[in-house]
Order: sequence, then C-alpha cells, then structure tokens
Amino acid sequence: MKQPYHLQVNGRDCAVEAEPRKILADVLREDCGLTGTHIGCEHGVCGACTILLDGKPVRSCLVFGIQAQGADIRTVEGLADGDELHPLQQAFMEHHALQCGFCTPGFLMLGAALWESGAKPTEAELQALLSSNLCRCTGYGNIQKAIASALDARDQAPKRSGEGAP
Amino acid sequence: MSAAGMNAGGSKAGSLIGKSMPRLEDKALLRGTARFIDDINLPGMLHVAFLRSGFAHARIERIDCAAARALPGVHAVLTLDDLKPLLTTPYLVVALPSPHFKLDLHRPALADGEVRHVGEPIAAVVADSRYIAEDALALIEVDYDPLPAVADCRAALQPGADLSHADQPHNLVAELRTEFGDIEQAFAKAAHISRADLWVHRGGGHSMECRGDVAIYDDVQDHLTLYSSTQAPHAAMQQLAKILGRPETGLRVITPDVGGGFGPKLIFYPEDVVVSCAALLLKRPVKWVEDRRENFIATTQERDQYWSMEIAVDDQARILGLRGEMLHDHGAYTARGLNVAYGSAHTVVMPYEVPAYDLNIKLAVTNKVPVTPVRGAGQPQGAFAMERLLDVVAQEMGLDRAEVRRRNLVRAEDMPRSKPIVTRGGIDVVLDSGDLPAAQADVLRAADWDGFKARQRAALAEGRYIGLGLANFVEATGRGPFEPATVRVDITGRISVMTGAAAMGQSTKSMLAQLVADQLGVSMQQIEAITGDTARIALGIGGFNSRQTVMAGSSAHLAAKAIREKMIKIVGHRFNAVEEELAVADGRVFVANDPERGMSFGEIAQAVAGLPGYVLPPGVSAGLEATEYFTQDAMAYTNGAAVAEVEVDVETGDVRVHRLILSHDCGQQINPMIVDGQLMGGIAHGLGNALFERMGFDDQAQPVTTNYGEYLLVGAGEMPEVSLLHRSSPTPLNPLGLKGVGEAGVIPTPAAIASAIEDALSPFGVRICQAPIAPQEILSLIEAARQNADANPAPLAAGMR
Repeated sequence: MKQPYHLQVNGRDCAVEAEPRKILADVLREDCGLTGTHIGCEHGVCGACTILLDGKPVRSCLVFGIQAQGADIRTVEGLADGDELHPLQQAFMEHHALQCGFCTPGFLMLGAALWESGAKPTEAELQALLSSNLCRCTGYGNIQKAIASALDARDQAPKRSGEGAP
Repeated sequence: MSAAGMNAGGSKAGSLIGKSMPRLEDKALLRGTARFIDDINLPGMLHVAFLRSGFAHARIERIDCAAARALPGVHAVLTLDDLKPLLTTPYLVVALPSPHFKLDLHRPALADGEVRHVGEPIAAVVADSRYIAEDALALIEVDYDPLPAVADCRAALQPGADLSHADQPHNLVAELRTEFGDIEQAFAKAAHISRADLWVHRGGGHSMECRGDVAIYDDVQDHLTLYSSTQAPHAAMQQLAKILGRPETGLRVITPDVGGGFGPKLIFYPEDVVVSCAALLLKRPVKWVEDRRENFIATTQERDQYWSMEIAVDDQARILGLRGEMLHDHGAYTARGLNVAYGSAHTVVMPYEVPAYDLNIKLAVTNKVPVTPVRGAGQPQGAFAMERLLDVVAQEMGLDRAEVRRRNLVRAEDMPRSKPIVTRGGIDVVLDSGDLPAAQADVLRAADWDGFKARQRAALAEGRYIGLGLANFVEATGRGPFEPATVRVDITGRISVMTGAAAMGQSTKSMLAQLVADQLGVSMQQIEAITGDTARIALGIGGFNSRQTVMAGSSAHLAAKAIREKMIKIVGHRFNAVEEELAVADGRVFVANDPERGMSFGEIAQAVAGLPGYVLPPGVSAGLEATEYFTQDAMAYTNGAAVAEVEVDVETGDVRVHRLILSHDCGQQINPMIVDGQLMGGIAHGLGNALFERMGFDDQAQPVTTNYGEYLLVGAGEMPEVSLLHRSSPTPLNPLGLKGVGEAGVIPTPAAIASAIEDALSPFGVRICQAPIAPQEILSLIEAARQNADANPAPLAAGMR
C-alpha cells in the first residue's frame, strides 16, 4: 500500500507516494527524479548509492525512503553551485578520478562528508575510508588524490557560501 | 598531415595528439546528470523481473504462471512459448564461426525445457514496478526434475561423465591445437626440461553498473528501439534483426552512458530478446535492469583454465620448445566462441622466441555461467602459464629469473617478428613493434632488481618475507577489420563525429573528439561525439579487444583529415589561394597572412550544402561530411613488463603487495592521462585476479559467491604504490601508430604477483601454481613444504604439487 510522505532533498521538499518497503535509493531516483544516485549492489557493500543523511554518508540502498522523513538528505545533484562545480567535482575532473562514472556520485558524497566535517585525514586514513566504496575502473589512486587535493584546497581557500566547517 | 597544417598562424594538425586533455564525459557524470540505462524513465513504462533457475541442471516438467498473472499490477508473464510467435528461432545463434566446434550450444531466449546453469532465465514478469514484478516471481510454480550437474571442467571430460546438456553426446564443445616447429626434436635435444601444472580461476567483469535494457515499440512506424547497456550495439541490432525477423530499418539500438563493460557486456543476451519481445507484445516501454545477484549468476564470466605444461631449454636456458595440454571451462552455452582459448594459446609464445610449440586445448561444457571474454580475454592465463614456467626454469637451473627472460625475449632489432601462428580469423600473427628487452630493463631498474637480494636477506633476518616477481606480456589489440567514423560539419559550423564504437567508460568520446579537434584546429568541447547508436552509422563492431582507439580512432582521424582537406580546397578556390597559403584555426579556414580572407566552417558547409540551381565549387562533392572505414586486419601488439613486490605473513598467509611497477608500450598515446587511467584500472583488476576474486561454486555447480561480501573486489586499501613507465614504439599498421591499452594492466599482474609470492617464500621452497591464491592456501603450501623438507632434508624441496 502506497503512503504519502515528504523528504527534504538538497534543500527542497519532495512529495513522495510510495510503499513503505521502497528503499531510499529507489525513492530518490524514481519519486524525486534524482537519478544521480546509482545502485550498484543493493547489499550495502559497493557504496555507489552513498548519499548524505544529516551530514553523514549513508548507503541509500539500506534505508527505506519512509525512514528518511525529517532528515536533511543530500545527493550528488546538490553538490554544484549552479554552473560552478564543487571543488571536489573539479578535483575529480583534474585528477582523472572517474572513468565510467557510475561509482562517482558515491565517492563524491563520501568526500563531501569529509569536506563538510572539516576533518583532514592522513593518507592512510583516507585510503581506509575510501575502502568503503568500490570502483572497477580507476584503481582508486586518482580518487584518493582528487579528494586529498580538494581537502587541501578547502583548508587554504575561503569557505564557499553555505558550507561551514566547524 | 596536410601541408596546409604546417602554416604559421593556424593550428598544426598533430599538435593535440599526446596531450593530457580533460574529458568531455566528466561534467555530466560528476553532476549526476549522465544518463545510464536505469536513468531512462518513460511514460507508461513497465518493469521486468526474471525467474531464474535455482538448479544448475534440471528438466522443467511444468511452469504454472496463473497465480503470477493474477497479481494486480502484473501485465504479462512470459515463457518461451509466449515468445515463439515473435521469433524466427528460439535460440541466440551468436557463436563466432570456427571449424573446431563439436557441439552447437546456443542459448534459448528463455528456458527450452531444460536449464543448464543456475541463473538461466525461465520466465519474465512484466509489471507496473520492479517491486511487483519480483513479488510475482514468487508466485510462478516450476516443477523441476533435477539432473546431475557438471561442476568441474576436469570431471566433464572424464569417461562416463554426466552430461551438461542431456541431449548432447558428450561435454567436449571443441578441441584446438596450436603447433609449430619440431616439438619432438626440441625435447629430444633439451639440456633441461621443466614442468608446471597451473590453474587460473574464474571471475567476472564486475562493472559497477549491471546490465540493462529499455525497449520501446512505436506501432505507428512499426519500429523497435532498444536502449541497452552493451559494448556492441550494432551486433545487438543485427542479432535482433535475425531473431525477430525484422529489417534493420525497423530497429535501432542505442547505448546510453554505460557504467563499465570489462567484457561481459559485449555479449548479446537472452534478456535483450525478452525485453524487446515484451515491448512488442505489450506496446509499452519496458525496462529491465539486472540486479547484482543476477549479475553473479547470469552475466558471463571467464578464466577457469587448467594447464599442464613442459618447457625444453638448452644449457643456456634458451627456449627450444613448449608443449602441453590446457583445459578450458566453456560454461553451459556458447555465448561468444572459442576466442578466449585462442587468446590464451597465443599469449604464451608472443613475448619470447619459441622455436617449437604444441598446445592442445580442450573446451569443456559445464553447468556454469557461460564463459566469454573478461578484460584480458584469455591473455592473463597465457601470460601466467609462460611466466610461471620461466620461473621454474630459472629456479631449477640456478639462474636469475630476469636473465632467463632476457635471453629469450624477442629483440627490438628483429621487429617486426613473424610468429608461425594465425589468429582465429586466419590472419598471420606478426609482432609489429616494440622493444621488449628494454621494457623489462625499465621495470628491473625501477624495482632495483639487482639490489633486492640484500634487502630480502635483511628483511628475513627480521622475520619478514618479502619477494619480487617479474612478468613480461604482449597484448593483442585493435581487432579488425574496421570501426567506422563519420565526421560532419553542419551549416551552423557545429562538428560531430559518429562511430559504431561504443563508450563504456573508457573515454571513447574524448578520444574521438581529441583526434577530430586535432585536425580541425578547434577545442575538444566544440565537438559532439556520438557513440553506440545504430541510427547514426550503418555498421559497427563495438568495444572489446582494446580495439576502439586503434580502429575508430584511426577512422576518425582520417575522416577529420578529409574534412580539413576539403575545406582547404573550397576556401582556396574562393580566395584564389593555394593550399600552402591557408590556415585552419578558430573554426575558420583563411589566408594565413590575410585572415580577413577566409570562411567559417559553417560558411564552408553552406557552400557545399547545395542551393537549388547553383553549382557546387569545382572539384568538390556535396556535403561537408566524410566517412572512413579504416581497415586493419592484423593485430597491433602492445607490450610491457611488470614487477611486483610483496610481503607474505607466514603466520596468516596474508599477502601485501607493496609496490607494482608496470612498463608498457602502446605506441603513440593520444591522451596520456587516459592511458594511465586504463593501466591503473587493469592493474587493480589483475591484483584482484591474483589474490581475491574467486567465483565459488559447490559440487552441484551452485554459485556460492553472489554478493560483494562473498566475492572480493579490490578496494582502495588493497592498492599498492604503482609506478607506470612508458615507451612508445608506434605501430606501422595505422596512420597514427596507435596500439590499444585497455587490457595491458590486467595481463601480467597475476603472474608477477605469483612470482613475487614464490620469491618471498623461497626459504620454504613453495611453488605458486594458481591464481587467485588465498591466505589459507599459502599456509597449506608452507606446511606441505615444511613436511616435505622434514621428510627429504636438503636440498630444499622444489617439486610441483
């Protein structure tokens, strides 16, 4: 039985009418029209569907849409500021951190959580953190370089509006 | 390069080639606005779920779909009988031709009364949503009569073996023999003979995006469009034309953004047929997207091979001959051909001078997912076999492993080096270019090969077991005969390049744009690259065998060059200037020392677009469009070498790869950033094949690794430090000297890592004879070696298992 509910996605209201069993990834893709969140395994292992739920990276295949009511949901579509790419997106492009790009939204949101937390992991810590997501194309090195360089830039540049590092 | 391209003030053709340029594909992928197959949503679209066999081998006595059909939201439940009225044949006849087939094992579009592997589709539910479709699967009743399953390709060929297909006489689908030279003489005069029994295990392509189809039937035009996450759209269209009995004009196959291919997506699948039929029957758009479990049990896999080999060498360790047997697991059906086995057989002898060779290959039918190319396509196994054998030679003769290889590598001064073998298409194999000894020397130097023994001894004194391993490789790339490209400039000056090549994430659009931009003196962003759409170009072959940069790239280069030359001719006529006076830049062709005298690309296109009653410029044909079918029959051979450094924990069997060095030579690089990306991805895949990726089946051929908790892909934490070294020996086979790079990383990596593990464990005298090798297997080998050493004290045991 479908139920109506609302989600807050990228700062906007999204009215949903879906069965309670529908996973958040499917709700975002089908009911909110945000197909940037990709589904790679539906087991919570590959991390392609990673989004931010109240600022924390979460696998949207392991959450029912209806459970995300009231949460601040952020997806890859919310990263860029209009035509201006987020520094993480820019860094991914510069470092060739994507090939097919299917896993990329998940890695970007993982990176966005780090970016927004203000944390500055060591190389080893970052490598361990990135182990939560799978990529078949890149061999990970360029993803790690891209995120590290974006975090460096964050700590050297003035903050972007609307993003507060603690 | 045209002479006009050399003019000062204009772009020089060739100036963009070899530069790392940002990719055209990135922005949409980064913003989440790319369009993958599952992102296509259409009004009235229905969703398909497949009922798949839970048995590896069974007769189907009865299928009862009544309850499923009655479920609200279900529009149809289809079995093979429901499809038959639409099909010219119930079978997907896709095998590449070969005289060596002994059995025809075509897959049915849906089960034909017998299922031959777990995951084989039996029925399809079409419903309002995937959720409902999957609910309905549980309501389909199937009466199975289980049959004995063939779970092991070795058992398959034993006398009295159970049959993989109840209606076939045996399990030997094909037998191939690759032989040249006098093998008996080679072994008769050998100073030393070494032997090895080797096993390379099965894994998958594991693109992060699974397969998928969206079929749209337009009954006004009687036209079927299939969006498919395929590496070979034209092949899919041709197969659909045959099996549906429809003219090609009534069909269009389009690849949207594809989330990785790695081989399995080049295959035409039963699901492609069923989804198309569902759209034809229901006259509604229909979508099916494979889930990950389906990907594990229904998408093709590769690599199970058992090798039993002997190598004969002279007293200087120079190879005299190689002989042996290889057993190849073909899976349950012929979903592609004998090509993987061919690739393995050839790879063995490519990097080295081998005077005599006799390899007999048997391809066994099993009740497992069909086997077709996965990145590397038989070549990693061939390299594994040869490199492991050479390590045995070195060890048994007390020689350095690198020195044994150096004495046998094909020398640069002998290029091009003809090999006495032919491809599966009957084309002579000639190593066209490259300097293999130099590539090996590169990696040895970077690894400090000569200084490693001292480091190893020092580490051992601390109780640490480190080792270095080496492997050479040759990759067959650029499979012919052609991949066309059309370059067009329209009357607004917009430039497009269209090709049969299919993009699956390997930067194909950027590659094409870079080559066209190079000729036309514009930025890559000004070029629209259209790949994988059968409506845009008549023929195409697709993306596999590291072929598209070589084949489509050459065609795009030549087509753009033809456009450039045509524009120069038109402008030269208009302004009474000779070719040498003209320049091409900023979307214009103009007189170099008087830039006002010139035309924009749009004006030039207009000049040949035709006005009723007016003549075309003299000596030029209509339209600013050029199509090239660059044809290259012979393969272009990329080569290289790899060194791996590992540390083995002898208490746990854990292997850490500390460093991987890869030297490679793909001739002229177009975009070095993309080349490096391809190599890195291949290395990661090879690391998985060496240590982690294991597609498990039980003794009833039931898959036991069907998610990423059970089947281990390499993660960021497993990646070693990687050094990439480049050489450039352009091939003479195509105008730009291009060789492919897509599979280079995966080919030598498992062999180099196995060699390194063996080196690390040399105090125990163990042999690494398989890939992947798991920690518990390493512990068993160490334990067996210890017991062997206890039973037979010095010298250290070195016998094969």
